[in-house]
Amino acid sequence: MVDFVNILGAGVAYGVLLFLMAGGLSVTMGMMGFANLAHGSLSMLGGYIVVMLMNWYGWPFFGALPMAAIGAAAAGVLVERTIFRRFYWGNQLDQVLLTIGIVTMTVAAATFVWGAVPPAVHVPAFLVGRVHFGWFDIGSYRLFLIIFGGLLTLALVLGLEYTSFGARIRAAVDNRRMTVSCGINIDRLFMLAFAIGSALAGLGGGLAIYLVGLDPAFPVKYLVYLLIVVVVGGMGSIRGTLAASLALGICDVVGKYYIPYLGAFIIYGVTVVILMFRPNGLFGRGH
Amino acid sequence: MSIDVVLETEGLNRSFGALRVTQNVSFRLPRGARYALIGPNGAGKSTFINLLTGVLAPSSGRIRLEGEDVTRAPAQERVRRGLARTFQINTLFPSLSPLEATTLAIAQRHGLCVNPFRRLSGCHAEIDEATELLNRFDFGADAERATHQLAYGRQRLLEIVLALAARPRVLLLDEPAAGVPQHESAEIFGALAALPSDVAVLFIEHDMDVVFRFAERITVLVAGQILCEGTPEEIADHPQVREVYLGDGEDV
Amino acid sequence: MVAVPAPEATHSARALFVRRAAWRWEEIAFWICAALSYFIFPGHLVLLTQAMITGLFVVSLDIMFGYAGIPSFGHAAFFGIGAYTAGILARDWWGDPLLGLVAGALVAGLAGAICSQLVARLHGIAMLMVTLGIGLICYEIANKWNSLTGGDDGLQGMQITPLLGLFTFDIDGRVGFIYSFIVIFVLYLLARRLVNSPFGLALKGIRENVRRVPALGIGVRVQLAMAFTISAAMAGVAGALLAETTQYIALEVLGFDRSISVQIALVLGGIGSLIGGMIGAVVYTVLRDQLSLINPAYWDFWVGLVLVIIVMSGTGGVTGILRRSVDWVIARVKR
Repeated sequence: MVDFVNILGAGVAYGVLLFLMAGGLSVTMGMMGFANLAHGSLSMLGGYIVVMLMNWYGWPFFGALPMAAIGAAAAGVLVERTIFRRFYWGNQLDQVLLTIGIVTMTVAAATFVWGAVPPAVHVPAFLVGRVHFGWFDIGSYRLFLIIFGGLLTLALVLGLEYTSFGARIRAAVDNRRMTVSCGINIDRLFMLAFAIGSALAGLGGGLAIYLVGLDPAFPVKYLVYLLIVVVVGGMGSIRGTLAASLALGICDVVGKYYIPYLGAFIIYGVTVVILMFRPNGLFGRGH
Repeated sequence: MSIDVVLETEGLNRSFGALRVTQNVSFRLPRGARYALIGPNGAGKSTFINLLTGVLAPSSGRIRLEGEDVTRAPAQERVRRGLARTFQINTLFPSLSPLEATTLAIAQRHGLCVNPFRRLSGCHAEIDEATELLNRFDFGADAERATHQLAYGRQRLLEIVLALAARPRVLLLDEPAAGVPQHESAEIFGALAALPSDVAVLFIEHDMDVVFRFAERITVLVAGQILCEGTPEEIADHPQVREVYLGDGEDV
Repeated sequence: MVAVPAPEATHSARALFVRRAAWRWEEIAFWICAALSYFIFPGHLVLLTQAMITGLFVVSLDIMFGYAGIPSFGHAAFFGIGAYTAGILARDWWGDPLLGLVAGALVAGLAGAICSQLVARLHGIAMLMVTLGIGLICYEIANKWNSLTGGDDGLQGMQITPLLGLFTFDIDGRVGFIYSFIVIFVLYLLARRLVNSPFGLALKGIRENVRRVPALGIGVRVQLAMAFTISAAMAGVAGALLAETTQYIALEVLGFDRSISVQIALVLGGIGSLIGGMIGAVVYTVLRDQLSLINPAYWDFWVGLVLVIIVMSGTGGVTGILRRSVDWVIARVKR
């Protein structure tokens, strides 16, 4: 029982991480109709920014994290303005091929710049080790992830629900044409949404290193998980993405611990079954 | 009940949420009929056609084609049984030529579309029939050009050609002349008047001149319900129709 | 009949379909070059064989993706199923190469037929996800079922008997090349036949306007499921060919990377033209072989860049560019 609770904690932490990396992807897929398979590359960029700043320039972990978000947001906006913008609402297969090309390029570029060896980072001492709550204990870093990620998620959900910017984003996800005819500058809205999504991805990448490691194949490794989360959760639905992230994180950790032989099958199998019955995802809008 | 009814609905209902777009519609189309379906915008005319053709499923009620229940049959199955339609807005195959699209429809009717081993260039019977059909509508050289290069009126005609290629016994036309200039719409309805006499036609049309010229009987649909049915004369004199559909009757 | 069409109209109409199905110069050129390469590059037959096998695999994807419009991130599943079927058959029972091919096609086709029932009812990204899931599941099965597949170490110990009892597969790959060339050419002819059949026309119709097709009486699901099944069987033959000519199967035949690289090769060569698949595969395989000698880790960068450029420019891949340049030259010469 104690074991199970501990594993559950690890699963939740992992799920939070997945949510940070996938949240932006969900919004851009729902809002711009753009299947950005290169979203994981932004996470990788965030990760390497943290590594560089800490290991080469001696920055502290919490100083490097915001830079990961800013750097990924800048890169995201750059690509959005120059390339992605032309493909919004276009042929989804073109988008898929285009962004697969970008993934391939970033993997090779990362190998070139940072090498294939996974780097190590040193998080502050208070995040190393375990925290004990009576019979229950959890890795400090995981606890930090859950709290930090939880706060961020709360901010995101509240921001979407209660600010006018959030209202505009929800409107754009719901009905783009109507939003345009209400006089909202949808082009700028897209750019901002993309920037925020990229920043989250970068932040997620920076936070991921200590837990799951970082190497140039990161965008490919997590592509599958990010897609599962977004598609199962329902594109454009933050709550759906959150639920799917947590479910996937927990399933993955629990599955690997208790049934290592079947873990992956269950995840892929459940994904396929869910899509059979809900092609638009669990929280997605039906046709 | 007459044996000659080819298409029939019984208490057909369809709702979208709380909105009932089709209410208890019972309707009969005799063999070889030329019927019109009219009604104000939003009366549920296109929904009714979509229910008949299987694009939408009814919430309740029955649809019979040649006496057989097709209420749950998928759209393609109804086409195979002789129920063809055109669409209100052109939905064609942009880069295929009319010849290819028509040949496709005929090849399907001959059960060839599941055959990956047959040479299309050897399907002479199908190609010739497609040519003949397109010639009947004066396609000429346009038959071999890509559909998206054709004039709008031509594309409207192709809609009808594709429906006819299925050799239907019932033809449902959703505003066949929508968006077509007056003189061309006469051409379209002229072609329809020349259809084989055993093909039943039900068409939706807004132009009352056309309706009164071509329809033997008219069904008036208002708010998803059949308001009345009758010959053009009866409909023209129907007080409620004049009130509900024709405004003050000045348009007639 | 109401009116008999004018004979010239009938003639012209029939000619249109003959013209659509006619061999294009790039197809003829490719197959002549492929045949000649046996004599020109006798030292590279193994690589060339692999390039052609990849070509068959890409052509199978083209039928599904280029013609039927079903995207896939898991097509390697069927390639791998074909390979493992032929491999296990040759290791444990009987190593006749033709039997292996047939078995590979049948088992992959059967798997494809089952999966097609899931895929044919979906659209777009959901299709992509389900094919991805199928690919990953197949990979996991092969990975975990050590006793049958050899797991991570790959499948070894295949005993391939001589072709037709006469020709032993040699180390230089001569028999392998000729064997593969003939099989792949025959399948290419079949693929051409399919594309230019009423079935192929129906697939084009679905690709152009999936909502209109039922109104012609055509059942979309049936057509897509058939295309998927045929494509899977063809991928299975490609996998079986690879297993037989290399007499070893790496777990990687089922990998996600292979599913992606086959998509890339297809785009590289040009989608929806069949020969584009062959050309793309050869260009991809040979380039990778050559470039990775110079610069092993970074060749992916250039592949990715080329992919981005092709998608952004809408040029229709290598075949499209070739075709346009030749058309341009011809137009110049004529003037």
